[in-house]
Amino acid sequence: MRSSRSAIAIALASALVLAACGGAGETPANSGGAQNGEPAPGVTDTEVVIGTHQPLTGPAAPGYSKISVGSRAVYDYINDGGGINGRKITYKVEDDAYNPTKTVEVVKKLVLEEKIFAMVGGLGTSTHSKVLDYLTTEGVPDLLVSSGALMWDSPQKHPNTFGYQVDYTREGKVQGQYIKDNFAGKKVGLLMQNDDIGTDSQKGLDQFIKDQVVDRKTYDPANTDVTPQISALQASGAEVLVCECIPAFAALTILTSLKIGYKPQLVVSSIGADPATLTGLVEQFARQGGTQVSGGALLTGIIGTRYLPSVRGADDPWTSFFKEIHAKYIPQEAFTDTLVYGMVMAYTFAQALKAAGRDLTRQKIMDAMSSGELKGPGLTPFGFGKDSHAGYTGALVFQLAADGSVKTLQEAKVTDRESGEVKSYSEKRLTPQDVKLVG
Amino acid sequence: MLNKLPPVVVHLLAALGCLVLLVLLTFATDPFTNLRIATVGYYLIAVAGLALLTGFNGQVSLGHGAFMFIGAYTVALLVKRVPAFPIWADLLLATAAGGVAGLLAGAAAARLRGPYLAGATLALAVGLPAVTQRFPDLLAGSNGLSFTVNSQPAGLRSIPSTQWQAWIVWLAVLLALVVLANLARGKLGRTLRAVRDDEVAASLAGVHVGRTKILAFLVSSACGGLAGGLQAFLLGTAAPGSFTVALSLSLLAALVLGGLGSLWGALWGAIALVYFQVWTDDIAEMLSLRNDISDNLPLALYGVVLIVIVLAFPAGIQGGLRKLWVRVRRPVPSQRGEAS
Repeated sequence: MRSSRSAIAIALASALVLAACGGAGETPANSGGAQNGEPAPGVTDTEVVIGTHQPLTGPAAPGYSKISVGSRAVYDYINDGGGINGRKITYKVEDDAYNPTKTVEVVKKLVLEEKIFAMVGGLGTSTHSKVLDYLTTEGVPDLLVSSGALMWDSPQKHPNTFGYQVDYTREGKVQGQYIKDNFAGKKVGLLMQNDDIGTDSQKGLDQFIKDQVVDRKTYDPANTDVTPQISALQASGAEVLVCECIPAFAALTILTSLKIGYKPQLVVSSIGADPATLTGLVEQFARQGGTQVSGGALLTGIIGTRYLPSVRGADDPWTSFFKEIHAKYIPQEAFTDTLVYGMVMAYTFAQALKAAGRDLTRQKIMDAMSSGELKGPGLTPFGFGKDSHAGYTGALVFQLAADGSVKTLQEAKVTDRESGEVKSYSEKRLTPQDVKLVG
Repeated sequence: MLNKLPPVVVHLLAALGCLVLLVLLTFATDPFTNLRIATVGYYLIAVAGLALLTGFNGQVSLGHGAFMFIGAYTVALLVKRVPAFPIWADLLLATAAGGVAGLLAGAAAARLRGPYLAGATLALAVGLPAVTQRFPDLLAGSNGLSFTVNSQPAGLRSIPSTQWQAWIVWLAVLLALVVLANLARGKLGRTLRAVRDDEVAASLAGVHVGRTKILAFLVSSACGGLAGGLQAFLLGTAAPGSFTVALSLSLLAALVLGGLGSLWGALWGAIALVYFQVWTDDIAEMLSLRNDISDNLPLALYGVVLIVIVLAFPAGIQGGLRKLWVRVRRPVPSQRGEAS
């Protein structure tokens, strides 16, 4: 009797304590905001600490685990040249395995324990969206997010967050227009990742080829069997297959189509269209399945989009520039577009860091980002400005040839994320000499 | 004196003591360590629930991640759709949701045993997260839900949020552990063990075998639901990518590592789940290996340690500690022989 009475008493007491908390979904009156005026965390006289979350293991690791390797090489190059404004860049990479729960943990680790100055290039939509509010509340600059979701471009709600790659809607518009112009009347099938990649890119594609699309299928990154989807697309009679997929699933799509004897014209979006990474994955997956294939031959004819210089583009000054860094710092890694993706990102951040000046604060780096002055290796301009935090604003269309080279089918075109037209863009690109950071 | 008190009071006093210690510990450590302490908390209750099911009742579940999934989405949906509910109500409902799911799973599982039961629960872990694809508007597809939980009273706003969260998590975990400890010590614990050891003998002794098995599943999955709810509360996210088969398997691995058949084992297992990762990450970083190796080293080391512990201490860390304790307490026989 006595025992049950005390149990009830303690349960009631704790219930009362908890009852004082208010509704769990309500917003408290004044939550913390960005701290202005205080010295910025992660910045000393000689060092600036930045962090990122990357899928070094798990479903997105094939391909994407190399992005931070490329970034690190550029930071090493910059640090060896004396750093930016007298500060060396310390780059902390945390593995989140593409698992949102782990993303939250490692980002809190970076902010609370490593005391990073800024988050640079956090990768993934399902992952990074879970730390968006946290980074905003903590006032941490969240630069060059590695995902094409539209949500990074909302300066009102997330003033600290800036995109990087072309968003899926803009890219979908470029793809859609190209397909409409060049594959008029052909049946089109869509295979998309079942998150923002799919929903956002359809917003763009449907502006041009809504009546051509005969079937839409999605895949889940946790399930590596895409046979049901590819079979359904084959049955629908689609002659053009648009794959809005990460590299692993672009490779699976290629292999699965081969297996079931389906030969559509494949159009792969920039996130999955790195020829070198794709070749490697196709061969690796085939080997794991017990067969030998030639990745190069399987990839011939694939149409892709990109907004960065290609490692296979012969005479691009930026490609040669990054190739030199690659040869010096990470010669053991394959020189791929994915590696360059990380290198361009690091270079762009370093440019912003330089523009922010020696007297560095978090506000100053964000001002430098939104100044509209950032111009660099990309094939199209950034959308950064006062009212836009969008990254690259367009893409070019290319095709893989049998000899492994890439042929440009359509020069870079730019557009907006709404229903504006897709138009050519002709501003002269700056060279590595024009935006020299060190040396 | 403690022996004279009824077990529930002893357990409550112990829980209160633990809570005080933990609150002190959170003051002594930095905000990020507080987050890790809280993480140990929710893993602890998940593994403890599994200990009741697997250790006490002998039913293997490879699908406990599914109950965490249910708990996490319950809290996520309540926070987003019913913002007026306080967090404790959300957590209670998450526990209940996990329990209801466990009741259904248990009803099916009571007819299965051994590898068939393992297979059925595995199917649950693989299949359930796909529900998010079926209802993308409600459950947000594979992107999952993200939200901010408001739980800190205005008067305590000066305390770092991770510290406050650690308190809430451990308060809930310790209350649940008191319930579990009482169940394990009481009549249910005895019937659970009776069913585990010999179903026929148990039923001859008047134990309703099927009902006992379902009850074990219910309690265990309610713990899973609470663990998931606490995870959602702590991290502000519920996404299918977090509730993979790997999670379910690592819960079971943690239980084996810590020691089956004891709630203490669950504690060691939960600590191992959180801190092995941290230590192996540090080791991988220290060794400065090639990227492909250092990225995967933590997982490999975890596997090696698991194998070594199971070989050296088949009863897990708790079994090893108990053996050590017995050896320390009892004088070595040969010495006694010399003395006489």
